[in-house]
Amino acid sequence: MAEARTGALRPYMAIVSVRFRMLLQYRSAAIAGLFTQVVFGLVLIMIYEAFYRSAPAAAQPMTFPQLASYVWLGQALLAMLPWNLDAEVRTMVRTGAVAYELCRPIDLYGLWYARAVAQRTAPTILRAAPMAVLATVGMPLLGLGEWRLTPPASLAAGAGFAVALGCALALGCAISTLINISLMWTVAADGIVIVTVTLVSFLSGMLIPLPLFPEWAQAALRWLPFAGLVDLPFRIYTGHIAIGGLVPVLARQLGWTIALVVLGRWLIGRGMRRIVVQGG
Amino acid sequence: MPDALRLYAHYVRVSIRSQLQYRASLVMSAIGVFLVTASEFVAVWALFDRFGQVRGWTLPEIALFYGMISITWALCDALGRGFEVFGTMIKEGNFDRLLLRPRSTVLQLLGQELTLRRVGRLAQGILVLGYAASAGTIDWSLPRAVLLVASIACGVCAFLGVIVLQATSAFWTVDSLEVWNAFTYGGVTMSQYPLAIYRSWFRALFTYVIPLGCVNYLPGVAILGRADPLGTPAFVGWVAPLAGPVFLILCLQVWRIGVRHYRSTGS
Repeated sequence: MAEARTGALRPYMAIVSVRFRMLLQYRSAAIAGLFTQVVFGLVLIMIYEAFYRSAPAAAQPMTFPQLASYVWLGQALLAMLPWNLDAEVRTMVRTGAVAYELCRPIDLYGLWYARAVAQRTAPTILRAAPMAVLATVGMPLLGLGEWRLTPPASLAAGAGFAVALGCALALGCAISTLINISLMWTVAADGIVIVTVTLVSFLSGMLIPLPLFPEWAQAALRWLPFAGLVDLPFRIYTGHIAIGGLVPVLARQLGWTIALVVLGRWLIGRGMRRIVVQGG
Repeated sequence: MPDALRLYAHYVRVSIRSQLQYRASLVMSAIGVFLVTASEFVAVWALFDRFGQVRGWTLPEIALFYGMISITWALCDALGRGFEVFGTMIKEGNFDRLLLRPRSTVLQLLGQELTLRRVGRLAQGILVLGYAASAGTIDWSLPRAVLLVASIACGVCAFLGVIVLQATSAFWTVDSLEVWNAFTYGGVTMSQYPLAIYRSWFRALFTYVIPLGCVNYLPGVAILGRADPLGTPAFVGWVAPLAGPVFLILCLQVWRIGVRHYRSTGS
């Protein structure tokens, strides 16, 4: 039984690993990106530091070390967010090559989801580790110890973060795949990509940490799917959400993931029914 | 010189006409850029809603720096597209064609494209600046309005200088490097807040090396009529923007060295 299951998963694993090796080719771009992200991290931290130094502790929803860690984690894991669509899927839909996808003896949604997993993890793995090292060790060496990325709040918080990050990836890929599916209605796709990018960056915590938004907005922010991409895992890491709160966080992430996968499967079925491939 | 301007105007006309071929896509991406940048300002508002002020600066004051740099970068980004994608041009060997034409390479690259979708950021910048201008913190006068416009023009020069350097580096590295984004996009983010809130080494970098502080923060302080908390004398804000064009001239010299150094990839 277990063997049959790995057998069924094998084509998807193959897709992930092939895409992965392709995307890992862009190493020098990753190094250049690293420098840029360090500069961005520094600018953001200096801005928050200025705000923190001008306001009483009552206005500070998280401690400064927690905030600095939040910023660095964001810079390290930037590539994991569902920002953009898969350019190859776009070409496939435009040229009609998407018809070949239908000939493959595997489920189309699963195929595109697997592509999204590769697209989100390969650049993240390249960037995250060096970024984390720079932010943890490099900052104190530069004499900027108070701005560094601190280790997880506890061993349990670290483990909880790893699990929540896995769920964030699953959720992000569900959103990515939805964006790619929207390409089947090409005219609408540009608009959908733009709206998604705005929502993702604004409501996930990537633009500013969600706890810094006004108190009245907090409940709504927490229940939207986007917090599960960035904010919730990061707050588990820093201990801003105690490890006891892990289960509701995971429940929210997985609940949204399942909902979006179901939606995506339904849409892809409808999209495929209306797609017309020109012969010739 | 008038001949060059006529040619540039022609380039611009061609570029605009070609972009208008995809009108729906153009409108959509302009709206998109507007939405993304507008949400960024909402985030700034949220920070002020929570903290009240930053080192004694209020939201309308920040909006002046923010609006100025947004407009500046939108204009530069629209004008300098040719330099921004220069890495690809080198890689594909297309720069050779430019060298064969009896016109300056700078003029031809500027004429590559006037990117219309940047209008989204421009609109956001104008709105934010409008808020700053009408919030009652600025005592408007003709010289101040002139300084505002001049600083934006000088700021466009400063940013153009950075992207000329970015393009020049492609002569050596073939691909144009993302490193420069730290000074363009990073410079925009940095300039949205007064330079005074940053650490001194960082201020020095963005004043003496890349003069973004000279075209944004210093004239901004003069327009606000505030004393600079860093203690620069009041007149400095009125002359500092000139650092922008000076910087651009220096960068164009570096560009010239790069062109002399150029060896085609042959592809």
